[in-house]
Amino acid sequence: MNNNNNTIVDLPDQATARIPQPNFISKENGLMSWLLTGDHKRIAILYLISITFFFFIGGALAGLIRLELLTPQADLMATDTYNKVFTMHGIIMIFLFLVPSVPATLGNFLIPMMIGAKDLALPKVNLLSWYLYMAGGILALYAMMTGGVDTGWTFTTPLSTHYVNTNVITTGFAIFVAGFSSIFTGLNFIVTIHKMRAPGMTWFRLPLFVWAHYAASILMVLGTPVLAIAIVLVMLERAFGIGVFDPAKGGDPLLFQHLFWFYSHPAVYIMILPGMGVISEVISTFSRKRVFGYTAVAFSSVAIAVFGFFVWAHHMFIMGISNYAVLVFSLLTMLVAVPSAIKIFNWAFTLYKGSITFETPMLYAFGFMGLFTIGGMTGVFLGASGTDIHLTETYFIVAHFHFVMVGGMLMAFLAGIHFWWPKITGRMYPEKISQLAAVVTFIGFNLTFFPQFILGVLGMPRRYASYPPEFQVLNVFSTAGATILGVGYLLPVLYLIWSLKYGAIAGNNPWQATGLEWQTQSPPLTENFTVMPVMDHEAYDYEWLESQKTKEVASAG
Amino acid sequence: MSHISPTIWQFLVKWLTNFALFPPEASKIAPQMDALFFFMVLVSLIGLTAVVLLVVSFSILYSKKRHPVAVQIEGSTLLEATWTIIPLGLFMVMFVWGALIYFRVYTPPANAMNIYVVGKQWMWKAEHPGGQHEINSLHVPVGHAVQLTLISEDVFHSFSIPAFRVKREAIPGRYTTVWFEATTPGTYHLFCTQYCGTEHSHMIGDVVVLSEEDYRKWLASSTSGNSLAQNGERLFASLSCAACHNARPDARGPSLANVYGSRLALSTGGTVIADDAYLRESILNPSQHITQGYAPIMPTYQGQVSEEGVIALVEYIRHLDSDYRVQQTTNTTDLLPESEGKAAPAAQAPARNGTVKP
Repeated sequence: MNNNNNTIVDLPDQATARIPQPNFISKENGLMSWLLTGDHKRIAILYLISITFFFFIGGALAGLIRLELLTPQADLMATDTYNKVFTMHGIIMIFLFLVPSVPATLGNFLIPMMIGAKDLALPKVNLLSWYLYMAGGILALYAMMTGGVDTGWTFTTPLSTHYVNTNVITTGFAIFVAGFSSIFTGLNFIVTIHKMRAPGMTWFRLPLFVWAHYAASILMVLGTPVLAIAIVLVMLERAFGIGVFDPAKGGDPLLFQHLFWFYSHPAVYIMILPGMGVISEVISTFSRKRVFGYTAVAFSSVAIAVFGFFVWAHHMFIMGISNYAVLVFSLLTMLVAVPSAIKIFNWAFTLYKGSITFETPMLYAFGFMGLFTIGGMTGVFLGASGTDIHLTETYFIVAHFHFVMVGGMLMAFLAGIHFWWPKITGRMYPEKISQLAAVVTFIGFNLTFFPQFILGVLGMPRRYASYPPEFQVLNVFSTAGATILGVGYLLPVLYLIWSLKYGAIAGNNPWQATGLEWQTQSPPLTENFTVMPVMDHEAYDYEWLESQKTKEVASAG
Repeated sequence: MSHISPTIWQFLVKWLTNFALFPPEASKIAPQMDALFFFMVLVSLIGLTAVVLLVVSFSILYSKKRHPVAVQIEGSTLLEATWTIIPLGLFMVMFVWGALIYFRVYTPPANAMNIYVVGKQWMWKAEHPGGQHEINSLHVPVGHAVQLTLISEDVFHSFSIPAFRVKREAIPGRYTTVWFEATTPGTYHLFCTQYCGTEHSHMIGDVVVLSEEDYRKWLASSTSGNSLAQNGERLFASLSCAACHNARPDARGPSLANVYGSRLALSTGGTVIADDAYLRESILNPSQHITQGYAPIMPTYQGQVSEEGVIALVEYIRHLDSDYRVQQTTNTTDLLPESEGKAAPAAQAPARNGTVKP
């Protein structure tokens, strides 16, 4: 047992430790062994590389947006270019980064290991979903290179169907294809979690990470097809003028909004739920305690998924839908905020009487809790129909969803990447510099997005290339913050790549965590476990972990 | 400050003094909405403080250094019920409070003055009842309820006046409304907040709130001489609407006098209130809206009348309380209305007004 008071990290003796061979990385070599793999862990790594690539493209576009907004005039680029830049920023970040971020990388890697399975239920479908993702991603990039698209990521009709002459159909098709990747991933997770749990792994012994992914998978499978329908209708309307959304032909432009948000609001939960799963694992491990109120946290994920389907029209409060529909959707929106509040307080109380250490994943998790609380509370400002009138379509809403998506989800993603990095690669990341990166990210994030709340209250509309001069000071703060944030995101890329060669050998379980994924070698075998694990204890049972260790010591004599 | 160059100094002073943190409250609803807003800010601050305090104090009290062995706790139904019920209660208060304000913003008082606003890529066109017409600006009197009836000619736009805390989407093919009562004279921002294409960020303007007296002066100096209803009347004549809607015993279309606001029986069996939206629809899409007892013979005017033209027609029908004028128009239609001074002053040919597309 490690007796250092500041850390729980327990590494093997570095002089004798070796990366265990074989493992899933070294088992086969050559490009084809990766491109044709069925191994969920290899596919997860393919995803990790590709989403990081798209994240930095999306991030560069965000940098361009912030540079343009440094001055009140549209002077860095033409307004058309600006419109294309923010559209592509949204499309890339949402469909090609946030939606697949945690599920397709960490979820793919960990769900089979956490439930004690050899792989996902449908390995070939899993590989197919990566190819679909790449096809969608490359098509989106192609659309961007050959003229771009300037509809906004929301594809609002009739702008997208009749009034712009950019690559709407290509981009729409790219999202359509990438959507199937998401549907297949969700389907695979649902089947796997139902059918492939190890003996003794009952539903209420599942790590909360798995519960969160299960809830998100339901949303993916039920929500994404509606997006696909909406996009196909936009493409048909654009190509053949079928008139579903055209009032002149008896169509209804609001119908598109209903269809689009029927997916795109649940999509927010597709993005955040897996992140919440990461936070549950991290907070439990670094406070050495079972998550406070396991069942409440598990069911709050499901509640978010269920309620998440019935709040879509809160995006349309000012669009002339019936006042009574507004009442219903506002009420349901308030209800969906409650399970998130439950989660935050349960995580906070997980710390109570714990034995807490502050490694990088924990710092990111704390960042998540603070920023997600702000993001969630400001969501209530928008869910209350009265204040929504003033705040919607302004920078307030931009700040709100960036607090949830970037402050919440991206923080959770980074927490998860650091937390499972030793499991994935077999090596530790450097602790000090990564703690610094976590702090830099937190500061940069707040400086970037907090001023945008004030801008929104002042009434600055979103998607403006130019703005009245009295908004400049806050925009300058925001751009300055984005610069710091950029540094915060570049650092992990550098030191994580460095650690692939120079990081300390991690051993099986550097964090002393309880999940089944930690009870096997790092990096794992292709088959994950040498013998099929039997789950004979509850999730987050740290006493079981201690008894295991004593047993090992006793048997090793 | 001698070491700072005066140019930079001036720039900094100008920059930092021209710097807003909260928008002006210039309408009756604004303070009410702000009260809810600050209540929510307060609740958020308390909630955030609670979370931060819990995390920080537990991190200090139960750090591994101070508390080397964790005590396992399963959970606490009582605590969990607390942090379910208290947020739920607060959210319900916000929901009810928010809904009250929402209904207030979108329920205009009966005596509100109506101004039509047409959004198009990339400008706002306002049609005042007195015939005043303005682009990217809106003049309103202080202390009067003003209702805006919005429609878009092309894509979605959104009419936002942050200082009034009101906003409403302008949608193609349907009217939406919003109202406000300005309380402080001044000039305020008008934004299009729904992304509408290339020049979205230039679809901005000014809302000018004038005192009673200034407003009267503005009305007098900006009118073209014809009210909106008169423009509608002229259009009504030039489109030969009165050929059928003339209230004669053998008329092929229903009489339009006092039709606005009345309940009509449709040939499909239902009834409908003849409001702005219904009138607009029955001009552009007549075959879908046949009044009982009439044949579906009216041609569509889709593409022949601009949204402003439809607005003028609706305004005309809204004010039509007798068939006398219509029958006069019928007569003059036969004799070319432009030459007949009454319905259309000679100086103002309809074509010049731009309400009829050639």
